[in-house]
Amino acid sequence: MTQRDKTMTADEVVAELADGMTVGIGGWGSRRKPMALVRAILRSPLRDLTVVSYGGPDVGLLVAAGKVRKVVCGFVSLDTIPLEPHFRRARQDGRVELTELDEGMLYWGLLAAAHRLPFLPIRAGLGSDVMRVNPELMTVRSPYPDDEEFVAMPALKLDAALIHLNRADAHGNGQYLGPDPYFDDLFLLAADRRYLSCERLVPTAELIGPPQSMLVNRMMVDGVVETPRGAHFTSCVPDYDRDEAFQKEYAETDWDTFHARYLAGSEAEYQAATA
Amino acid sequence: MTLADVCVVACAEAWRGDGEILASPMGVIPTLGAKLAQATFAPGLLVSDGEAYLMRGKQFEGWLPYRLVFTVVANGRRHVMMGASQIDRYGNQNISCIGDWAHPTSQLLGVRGAPGNTINHPTSYFIPKHSPKSFVERVDMVCGLGYDRGAVELRRVVTNLAVLDFETDSRQMRLRSVHPGVSVDDVVAATGFALTIADSVPTTREPTAEELAIIAALDPAGSRESQLPRS
Repeated sequence: MTQRDKTMTADEVVAELADGMTVGIGGWGSRRKPMALVRAILRSPLRDLTVVSYGGPDVGLLVAAGKVRKVVCGFVSLDTIPLEPHFRRARQDGRVELTELDEGMLYWGLLAAAHRLPFLPIRAGLGSDVMRVNPELMTVRSPYPDDEEFVAMPALKLDAALIHLNRADAHGNGQYLGPDPYFDDLFLLAADRRYLSCERLVPTAELIGPPQSMLVNRMMVDGVVETPRGAHFTSCVPDYDRDEAFQKEYAETDWDTFHARYLAGSEAEYQAATA
Repeated sequence: MTLADVCVVACAEAWRGDGEILASPMGVIPTLGAKLAQATFAPGLLVSDGEAYLMRGKQFEGWLPYRLVFTVVANGRRHVMMGASQIDRYGNQNISCIGDWAHPTSQLLGVRGAPGNTINHPTSYFIPKHSPKSFVERVDMVCGLGYDRGAVELRRVVTNLAVLDFETDSRQMRLRSVHPGVSVDDVVAATGFALTIADSVPTTREPTAEELAIIAALDPAGSRESQLPRS
């Protein structure tokens, strides 16, 4: 019996998304982000998204292009450039809503959603202004003799998740070859529609290496897209490092100019322009 | 010996006596401090490379991806040294935004892991520019908890002028030492709230020759020098 072929194009992935959806994006900061899928969203008419992310240029690009109503995050950073300029400007201009959480709370919210729990208890957040700016956050007391109070971190359920890995097969088995899985498996498990882009699509038999590098399996994935250099300009080690020079240009160039120069055309044109 | 070298040693001192825990320094000078401490008086420290590897000097010794970092945070075997755009007398710290959170005049990093760090394990701060803008009566957004909000332990605040701590009965910030060439009045003028100050304030200890050699080897390009404001 043959396995289902889940390969599709980036534009086909985006066609399955809808205005107003909550979309989780894997990676961390400016590391292994599904940028080709983000660029496909930029080319689409999608809008009013809620984006859940360990935020990097994925958030910056989507916010700059007016695709985002709300960001759910603990930070938005380009790593080597600490502050994300487009997110920053949008916040200062009041163009984007924010649910600001401790990084560990975001992890816990994804873990709760992945486990189909309504919440998970966590200490992070208590006493801080995260509770003030998110008045919907509730606390819960331990039912055991310790009686300790915790934040009841609600599940961060996602309508869709987008992640990028180094290798995958057509059925949705995916492998990361870098040092950190980030939270990509949890993003998939927290979502109704799950999309995996990869540097290279390979036959299942060629997914070799340490077994624990197989972060994602086919029950976690609905669609697979081969997008070589699809994380550019974020890092995707060992396939490539972050493109620091390009990231600097992104951070320092006025949005309309940057968009016209690199994002007005297709992914192939983007890749040619940044090669 | 430069001011940056003094700051590196003052940062390193924050981890003295910590044993086998994860030292998580943010920024160039705290990172040099953690590596110096590990190489000298705090050999038990575990230090990350900023990605997912634990490094003992140049030797890889372990794997610590982000999801395990959060487990270590909750487990408590960690001492972080973060930055602070604002800090108050009880050690409440802000790295999120300046102004009203709903309409910030300046969006900064976000709360990052500061709420979880400060409620779970020891925390120190490095603030390269000690000024009334950073040492304030009230922070605009409480990210890291102060002692009045449930911090488990705030160890040190190292700046370009001084070392501060919270070793007072009221857990309010105290001037621990002034760097060589800095007066107590300089620190008072640069602080936007009343510090606890003893009658006699010692001078921050200077690096030893061995420490200077290690710092130079860790940072041969001298990138630590550009981390401090030009005086």
